Amino acid sequence: MSSYDVQQVRADFPVLQREVRDKPLVYLDSGATSQKPASVIDAERTYYEQHNAAVHRGAHQLSEEATDAFEAAREKVATFVGARPEDIVFTKNATESINLVAYGLSNASAPGALDGVPSEVAERLRIGAGDEIVVTEMEHHANLVPWQELCRRTGATLRWFPVTDGGELDLSDLDTLVNERTKVVAFSHVSNVVGTINPVAPLVAAARRVGAITVLDACQSVPHLPVSVTELGVDFMAFSGHKMLGPTGVGVLWGRAELLAALPPFITGGSMIEQVFMDHTTYAAPPQRFEAGSPNVAQAVGLGAAVDYLSKLGMDAVREHDKVLVQAALDGLAKRPWVRVLGPTDVEKRCGAVAFVVDGVHPHDVGQILDDSGIAVRTGHHCAWPLHRALKVPASTRASFAAYSTVEEVEAFLTALDRVPEVFGVEVA
Amino acid sequence: MDLYQQLILDHSKRPQHAGLREPFEGEAHHVNTTCGDEVTVRVHVDGDEVKDVSYDAQGCSISVASASILAEEVIGFSVEESLSTYEAMRAMLTSKGQDPGDEEVIGDGVALAGVAKYPARVKCALLPWAAYTDALVRAGVDISTVGGQR
Ligand SMILES: Cc1ncc(COP(=O)(O)O)c(C=O)c1O
Repeated sequence: MSSYDVQQVRADFPVLQREVRDKPLVYLDSGATSQKPASVIDAERTYYEQHNAAVHRGAHQLSEEATDAFEAAREKVATFVGARPEDIVFTKNATESINLVAYGLSNASAPGALDGVPSEVAERLRIGAGDEIVVTEMEHHANLVPWQELCRRTGATLRWFPVTDGGELDLSDLDTLVNERTKVVAFSHVSNVVGTINPVAPLVAAARRVGAITVLDACQSVPHLPVSVTELGVDFMAFSGHKMLGPTGVGVLWGRAELLAALPPFITGGSMIEQVFMDHTTYAAPPQRFEAGSPNVAQAVGLGAAVDYLSKLGMDAVREHDKVLVQAALDGLAKRPWVRVLGPTDVEKRCGAVAFVVDGVHPHDVGQILDDSGIAVRTGHHCAWPLHRALKVPASTRASFAAYSTVEEVEAFLTALDRVPEVFGVEVA
Repeated sequence: MDLYQQLILDHSKRPQHAGLREPFEGEAHHVNTTCGDEVTVRVHVDGDEVKDVSYDAQGCSISVASASILAEEVIGFSVEESLSTYEAMRAMLTSKGQDPGDEEVIGDGVALAGVAKYPARVKCALLPWAAYTDALVRAGVDISTVGGQR
């Protein structure tokens, strides 16, 4: 850990210098959204101050610079996840990325939508009654509701992997759940609540055996772990810029080239066309086909700077640092028998977040006590209501980390947590 | 911190009039979508009198205490009085701390005054009251005279 100087990292994040309720901010809500280093804020500002213009319409110098900045950001993001820039689509956020795939698939069933697409690819994209879409009980609503809706529109059936009491995916029925009727297997790489790192390989292997498309929600893995789309072997991967030190308003969808090439657009209009006639339109090749309208250039440029920042830290070092934080939180919580941690107890199996309950005290009240000490955590169901139902808790409190979080912050959180049994009269023995 | 008055903790640990009872003419189930707090409120009205309010509240100490205070402050009163109490609670809770609440009108409700400084928690405190007015509507009671009511 000697090479990772977290104090130096913190100095790069302006907001971490502020106080809340007259105490230094302890921000343990990075799973919801991360803070931004000055380099990201500066990249957006410099873009606006020096280069702002419409992209991809380059009749003048500024427009060329803006286009270059936008496309350079795409290259940085691509390199960061082991992809080709042509296969990286900028969206508004991960939610839009996932909807892009779900709506692309339902649009694929429209008459003529797959004309010219090789039949073996077209077959994979067409979804209808009798087909199945498989998700997991652990999903963020962003990777559940779009698939429910796709089922509703197409007549397909939604199925899901259950979650064990220990907060891991129960894959014991893998070969029945993923079968010849399965068209999509959508799952998260890392749970945004319990932090479980899900086993991608067996799910990808099962999906491949039946030709199903895999969609990985990588929102909570890309900020914390080295992630490479080639190593993972999935077909689509979605993540959000704002959770990985980047700006709000930019997300990413990576797609396998032959699927992106065949997928019909989700949002249509300007910038995504090849030729337009009064009665019909032909579409541009990816990624432009999926970036209708004026894009979020400044945000993409900011995300490029975030990726530079993370690359400079090194994702292996970021992962090691995260393990130290998660271990400190798990150890501290284990010493408090009135706290029940959700999810795996082995730090190798989890990253980014630690969620827990205090029996007899609602998470909202736990969060309030922590806030009173200047400690920001998230309480509630964290957009994963079915997961909480599966774990038989109404809600939970979550402390989540980023590259700038410290063991001292974890300790401050644990100390503040000790006020909970005091205030609410919980037995601590 | 002034949020968790002893009175609030007492109400949340021993909610008064808790449980769902018969008879009732109206029932409403409200959910706080941000945190998952849930409350079901039943009302039994006889003429102009609120004979009974029964409820099942699953949530934080603020929403449970508020349900308990609601039952205490409206059972046995006229519908109109209960709606004035609701109005007074709402005024206090949405005052950002300017309105300390009138104990004459809202009883133990004044203990919830601290909530007004925590915007995220105002919803918790109002949840049972919103469900109560909704249950009244479902019981066929005209509540249109209440200011600010949707
Ligand atoms: C696992 C996971 N998936 C999807 C999302 C949705 O991300 P966004 O709100 O940026 O679209 C989140 C963020 O809350 C998340 O944690």
